[in-house]
Amino acid sequence: MTVPGLRDAVAIAPQFLLGGFAMLVLLLDAFFPRIHRRWLTAVTLLGLVAASVPAILELRGKGEPDRVMQNMLQADGYTAFFTLVFLIGGALSVLLSARYLEREGMAEGEYYALLLLTMLGAVVMAASINLLTVFLGLEILSISLYILAGYRAGRDAGDEAALKYFLLGAFASAFFLYGIALVYGASGSLNIEEIRTFLADAPSQGREPGNNLVLLAGIAMLLVGFGFKVAVVPFHVWTPDVYEGAPTSVTAFMSVVAKAAGFAAFLRVMGVGFQDRGVQLHISAVLASIAALTMLVGNVVAVVQPGLKRLLAYSSIAHAGYMLVGVVAVVRPDGGFAMGGGNQSQAMSAVMFYALVYTVSNLGAFGVVMALRRKGQEIRDVADLTGLAARHPWLAAAMTLFLLSLAGLPPTGGFFGKLFLLNALVGMNTPLPWLIVLFALTSVVSFYYYLGVVRAMYLDRPTEEHPEAPDLDMDWNMRIALGLSAVGTVALGLWAGGAFGLAERVTAAMFQSGGGFPAAMR
Amino acid sequence: MPPLPDYVPVGIVAIIAVIFSVLVMWLADRLSPRKPKPEKLSTYECGERPEGQAWSQFNVRFYIFALMFVIFDVETVFIFPWAVRLHWFRSMEMGLIIFLEMVIFIAVLLIGLAYAWKKGVLKWV
Repeated sequence: MTVPGLRDAVAIAPQFLLGGFAMLVLLLDAFFPRIHRRWLTAVTLLGLVAASVPAILELRGKGEPDRVMQNMLQADGYTAFFTLVFLIGGALSVLLSARYLEREGMAEGEYYALLLLTMLGAVVMAASINLLTVFLGLEILSISLYILAGYRAGRDAGDEAALKYFLLGAFASAFFLYGIALVYGASGSLNIEEIRTFLADAPSQGREPGNNLVLLAGIAMLLVGFGFKVAVVPFHVWTPDVYEGAPTSVTAFMSVVAKAAGFAAFLRVMGVGFQDRGVQLHISAVLASIAALTMLVGNVVAVVQPGLKRLLAYSSIAHAGYMLVGVVAVVRPDGGFAMGGGNQSQAMSAVMFYALVYTVSNLGAFGVVMALRRKGQEIRDVADLTGLAARHPWLAAAMTLFLLSLAGLPPTGGFFGKLFLLNALVGMNTPLPWLIVLFALTSVVSFYYYLGVVRAMYLDRPTEEHPEAPDLDMDWNMRIALGLSAVGTVALGLWAGGAFGLAERVTAAMFQSGGGFPAAMR
Repeated sequence: MPPLPDYVPVGIVAIIAVIFSVLVMWLADRLSPRKPKPEKLSTYECGERPEGQAWSQFNVRFYIFALMFVIFDVETVFIFPWAVRLHWFRSMEMGLIIFLEMVIFIAVLLIGLAYAWKKGVLKWV
């Protein structure tokens, strides 16, 4: 029995810092009620920067995985990469939120604290190598988001969003927990390493895990829980209503951080934990059909959405579908080139790169929505953007850039994100042609609605309903955030190889030692 | 499927539990004498005469107070096994770190209490 010590504390420094700064912000807000809101923003950003330092150090280091807290959490390059994705998403959200909170009259103390706690949950999820800690992280993340979704009290849409998200989320958590119980019942462990060892040893003891109904039912329930968090069809019904009803700053934040956190844990549990041919055949078949459905429904329904936030909600569903395609390439049993999974680590890196690009581009698009007003109200419809290019050319240009990235057109990061995913899909030993075709076709469908927004900004004539362009309400924080998002979107296109290479180095280490093929060596 | 037989006893216990509870309720319903009087049918309020309906609005403060109480109630539940086991950890020379872990835990809860206090949760207006 090992007891947590200094080594553990150092390894989970990002978690400590995020939690510590969350409490600091709460106390500052409670004990100095007259403190200027700018200070709270600054302290929150300071916390995010502080938490990024250990993550960056980890990425720069050799990436030797560090298992801590009695094999509950693992500090490795993979954790650090996703930690940085969350922190980038969080920092951009904080910068975008400051003016929004002031304008909407929302209290910022608890808001920033909850934002930090959400990220704490996300980092715990990414670092988890035990199903129970995955659940713990999921709950820290979810409960904070339930509160944030209803943060603008007294609005019917907001209350409905929060209640819907909470009820369905609690239900999904129950599924997830039941799945954990069944997996434990079948394999005798909650640790994904031990589950893998169990599966690897099974054939020699005359057992066939692919036929173990208890195990498969457990995995299916885990899929439901994950599927809800990352919003894939058919677990997506909450998404449009919650995204529309929640404050826009929260929508922007949860659309990137909750999704990235879900995929972080999903990839590790599915990619590293259930390494058995028979089991993977089942998982990958189910995931491939879910991914296909998600891309189809997300993109097709987005086409007919007049509301801008709803359009972005369905587009976020579609993006979850794209990332799920990458997960299929990770778990498909004959996906890898050989033992050691060359293609598997490629596919995993593709999903990680995509999560990073999506974070930057999507937050940028939501940021533009938050900066614009019409008659003192938030803009709601795509048509509300009419005439933006003539009045605010820079903002329209930035929005176009973000939408091009989301649509996956060069030279933006989004293009390379999709390219890497397709590459992983094609690189499998037995590729799924229909999934590749569907991926390409639905991407083409998405051009229609993304470019529809661009058309509204640049080409549409003023109508009676929208005689002039929307007003601008932006502070410097917002300008910085939008500028950083735009630079990031372009930089990830120009420097795609570098970011992808970083992800690849991290995942390769995972499949060799940390995630550990061969199982028995550790 | 090897693991299933392990669950057979669990299933048997579950079935027995369901049958037993249904049976007891059914028996009580059948065997109990019934002599209703107005006093018997009224709501039990520790001897007080009940007034009005129980379906009225409650002050939300009751809820927040109860929440604060439950938090510290549950804290005790966590501290108890820790306190019982601390001696063993000390004998293994891990006492300090285990002690510090509980200090961190309590500190986090105290920060929550301080926040609630400052926000006026504990004040009955």
